[in-house]
Amino acid sequence: MRERRLPILATIAVFILLYALGGFYFGSNFLSTRVLGNLLTDNAFIIIAGIGMSFVILSGGIDLSVGSMIGFVGIATASLVQHGMHPLMAVGILLVFGFLLGAAIGFIIDAFEIQPFIVTLTAMFMLRGLCYVISIDSVPINHPFMEAFQDFRIPLPGKGWLSAEACIMLVCMAFALVIAHLTRFGANVYAVGGDMTSALLLGVPVRRTIVLIYALNGVFGVLAGATYAFYTASGYPLAATGTELDAIASVVIGGTLLTGGVGLVIGALFGGVIQGLIQTLIIFDGSLDSWWIRIVIGGLLFLFIVLQKGIMRSVSALSQAEG
Amino acid sequence: MNQANEPRISMRGITKVFPGVRALEDVSFTLAPGEIHALMGENGAGKSTLVKVLTGVYQPDAGTIELDGQPVEFASPVEAQAAGINTVYQEVNLVPTLSVAENLMIQRQASFRGLINWRRTRELARKALQRLNLDIDVGRSLGSYSLAIQQMVAIARALDRETKVLVLDEPTASLDAKEVEALFTVLRDIKKQGIAIVFITHFLDQVYAISDRVTVLRNGRFVGTGPIAEVPRMKLVTMMLGRQVSGQTSDHPPVDSIKTDGAPLFEAKDVGRSRYLNPIDFTLRTGEVVGLAGLLGSGRTETSKLVFGAVKADSGQIRLDGKPVTLRSPAHAIRCGLGFCPEDRKHEGLILDLTVRENIILALQSKRGWLHRVGEAEQNRLASEMIAALGIATPDAEKRVGQLSGGNQQKVILARWLVSEPRMLILDEPTRGIDIGAHAEIVALIRKLCREGLALLVASSELEEIVAFSHRVLVMRDRSKVKEIVGDDITQSAIVEAIANS
Amino acid sequence: MSDINLKKVGAAAEKRALPAAVWPLVALAVILIIDVIISPSFFSIRVVEGRLYGSLVDILYRGTPPALIAMGMAIVIGSRGIDLSVGSVVAMSGAVMAALIHGDLSPVIIVFGTLGMGLICGLWNGTLVAVLGIQPIIATLILMVSGRGIALMINGGRIPTFRSEFFEFVSTGSIWVIPTRLFLVAFVLLVLWLLLRKTAFGLFVESVGSNTQAARLSGIGTRVVTLSAYGIVGMCAALAGMVITGDTRSSDAVYAGVDSELDAILAVVLGGGSLNGGRIYLGTTLIGVLIIQALTTSILMSGLPPEYNKLVKAIVILVVLLLQAPKFRTAVTALFRTGKGKAKS
Repeated sequence: MRERRLPILATIAVFILLYALGGFYFGSNFLSTRVLGNLLTDNAFIIIAGIGMSFVILSGGIDLSVGSMIGFVGIATASLVQHGMHPLMAVGILLVFGFLLGAAIGFIIDAFEIQPFIVTLTAMFMLRGLCYVISIDSVPINHPFMEAFQDFRIPLPGKGWLSAEACIMLVCMAFALVIAHLTRFGANVYAVGGDMTSALLLGVPVRRTIVLIYALNGVFGVLAGATYAFYTASGYPLAATGTELDAIASVVIGGTLLTGGVGLVIGALFGGVIQGLIQTLIIFDGSLDSWWIRIVIGGLLFLFIVLQKGIMRSVSALSQAEG
Repeated sequence: MNQANEPRISMRGITKVFPGVRALEDVSFTLAPGEIHALMGENGAGKSTLVKVLTGVYQPDAGTIELDGQPVEFASPVEAQAAGINTVYQEVNLVPTLSVAENLMIQRQASFRGLINWRRTRELARKALQRLNLDIDVGRSLGSYSLAIQQMVAIARALDRETKVLVLDEPTASLDAKEVEALFTVLRDIKKQGIAIVFITHFLDQVYAISDRVTVLRNGRFVGTGPIAEVPRMKLVTMMLGRQVSGQTSDHPPVDSIKTDGAPLFEAKDVGRSRYLNPIDFTLRTGEVVGLAGLLGSGRTETSKLVFGAVKADSGQIRLDGKPVTLRSPAHAIRCGLGFCPEDRKHEGLILDLTVRENIILALQSKRGWLHRVGEAEQNRLASEMIAALGIATPDAEKRVGQLSGGNQQKVILARWLVSEPRMLILDEPTRGIDIGAHAEIVALIRKLCREGLALLVASSELEEIVAFSHRVLVMRDRSKVKEIVGDDITQSAIVEAIANS
Repeated sequence: MSDINLKKVGAAAEKRALPAAVWPLVALAVILIIDVIISPSFFSIRVVEGRLYGSLVDILYRGTPPALIAMGMAIVIGSRGIDLSVGSVVAMSGAVMAALIHGDLSPVIIVFGTLGMGLICGLWNGTLVAVLGIQPIIATLILMVSGRGIALMINGGRIPTFRSEFFEFVSTGSIWVIPTRLFLVAFVLLVLWLLLRKTAFGLFVESVGSNTQAARLSGIGTRVVTLSAYGIVGMCAALAGMVITGDTRSSDAVYAGVDSELDAILAVVLGGGSLNGGRIYLGTTLIGVLIIQALTTSILMSGLPPEYNKLVKAIVILVVLLLQAPKFRTAVTALFRTGKGKAKS
């Protein structure tokens, strides 16, 4: 058995279970493609952030700055549009910024051997600080493009549709899957996360890989931010506070090991959707209060972390027993 | 034509110094194409340092390396690999979370326009393994296979590229007999292809089974080299463990310190743990020194750890003062009056961030419990007493222990246990990695402690020392006690004989 | 020969070790001096309505909740751990406190109840780390994510307000002219200092943080030590929650103690604590808290919009982190040397 696949199977099982639960309680309304479409739309930015986070966590790191990045991209885009720039142009500029900032973070982590969580913590402060510097108020994004964006729909069988947000997310995911599973860089990410010293001895360019991982994460962070900004049609300096935790939770619930090296990028999609599903279920129910969302997600996080621990233990016990 | 006679590798006058330690001094080593050359020596003999110099991990402070007659200098393992020198380490240096195919083919995956063709890559991986007659599912993660297979994969990876020299660092340490035989079949096959193999091991049988020549190092110095047929077992063990056997017995410790009345202080009956140590019996009386002799991996350290409760025994019984006890943890053993100086000082002994004083009082403190803090004045008194008594070279007790030299660090750990007033002290390789001059001091100290009524269990790879301080010697081989030698029968030759006879 | 070399190395290391303790103080002094230049009345302290007022007092006053948390964090970090959940623990204990006040219980019971909440949270984290062997960042992330949900649940989804003379006195009152909460910090500092330095607990935590395996072989119950460290930081966070909640006279599950884990970790790092464990510096950690608080105050005073606060903080952390990283130091020294060499030639 490919024991590495076990977490993602557990993830999919949880997803199906939750979905069936919804169908059982709330009937066919819940099982419609409209609910599915909404799930993808509402959680698109978290999933996109989760894609970047997947690469980071697979390499054995962590990124605490993505929530601030989303907030920053929103307010920066809004402000640039206010000054007469086309939204897509603004996002293009920010993509370059995200790439460079990520590369710098990766370089500091690897070259100076400072723990990722503290470096990205600094970036988190810095980006949130920049948000306030740009504006302390909410700034609306008014541009003809926004209407086109929000009107964009790909109909699905049934009454549902795929929104522009969902489409961006799915394109990002496809792109990420190719990088993760079909390129040498992707293979190197797994190698670095599995055992950095060995990876170095095997000839993997560790420095370049880590710098690229965080740069890529920066790009996905900007894309998540842009998606969020277009979704809310505004920028707000406090936007997406704490989203880094949602992104990390998506990755972990998606079956990726926080110790690095094991997991699938597609897991972020399931992890994000599961979180959205929990939210939807609790809101659909009406009698449950909203705080249950955080508690249930925390509980799920706990379950998955313990599950991973158990799998790692049984795997090492297995190889020892054979050895 | 004369290539067969020309050495593939020739290392001359290699010296490597680390802060406080001369790891290698003027060591020479030659390697012919198509030979299996065993490199032998105890821990700290300099085998791994020599190999790391050869493979570019370290750069020598003096000496030259020639590859096929050309002088070479490797700044990194990658450069050495590019020149055809590949290494397979004991702790396999592959990524356990990756699949076998990914490990074999990383950075060399079959790809088309930048995208990896996994099917083709797996095929290549399977082919590479077939050369070693290994047919496994290359899609499974490496970590889910046994160490034997992991090692085979590492060898396959090394052979799958231009290889002139293959270095195997303790490849058989965790393999069973069948797996070793499979490995040897592969090695004989590789040898025929003209690849030179350096084989590091501590198993005598395996050396005689597979190698063509043997080189022995001891304490960072070259001891000797020769065709294996011309080096009998006794000679080999002697080369590894000590000077030419003199057979003198005059220097034995006096036996009058041993308390003979009543039950022995410590009694082990069939104490063992499966896959770790075969059941062992021995007794230890107050005022007695029992030596644990044997080659690396023979079960010396394992015995020490089981006795101390650092690793739990799963069979047998321990009696203290005739009363049965089960040692649950080191904390429990310490409360029972035991103390343990581990072999691996850096990882298991010293607390590098703490001062000399704090390191010294640590065991006493944990014996007393956190609420009964050893007072400031008492701490200072104990620390300065110990610094004076053991001659620890430090400007004061407030120095961080990480800044001391190896010998002084060893004394700090000894001090830690002496301060805790144990009745029985277990020393695992007390003279490992310290200056030759300090050896005599430690030996003298062991004899003094025993006169003062301490019971000591001392594991050592230095025969001379074992003979000098032991009243009784347990000779270990293959994780079992093979012989117990008492009193005047303890000579270097008797121990060597017990180790070599199999 | 080698001994002489070692002594030299040792001397050099000690020369470096001395400024390490002085650095935070220097940084604080620099910030305060700049403050005086900007605003000459910076050091003035006056008594209004029986309480001290002034910028310095303000720094101390506002620094109380982070100081309480940072002291606990210093202990956990000393054990080579970290606690990301302190902000959530602040919210949860605040919620418990509000609920108990509404239950009309005596202040003593409320205090113990609130501390108990913190202790339970800490022990939960400690169990995950010490017993299940989960990495500290990840283990404490779980409570960080779900803690505020639990706080909301205790609050019943609202922001309960309350009046309690006792807790208002603790949080915003004063004894003679000095704010009560400063006594609370002093008291906690004293208790923790006694625990760390007058019992062997500090030595045990530092041993575990520096080398867990060696600590175990020396007879230290490493699990209990780790568990206790997390228990302590949990109670420290609960105390901070008490002060914050008493200040606002309401329990805000969403915003109480937001970002406090970051401030606490930052204070420990500024105080010279290494994230690799091994040493606990309570005193310099408090100086670290003051640096952060003084920085905030100076930004407000300097006329820069308060929005710059986080940005400046981030830059300061980055500089400190880089200066602490040995690799960065060697890189800079090497650069400096080659630069010098080139200048000469």
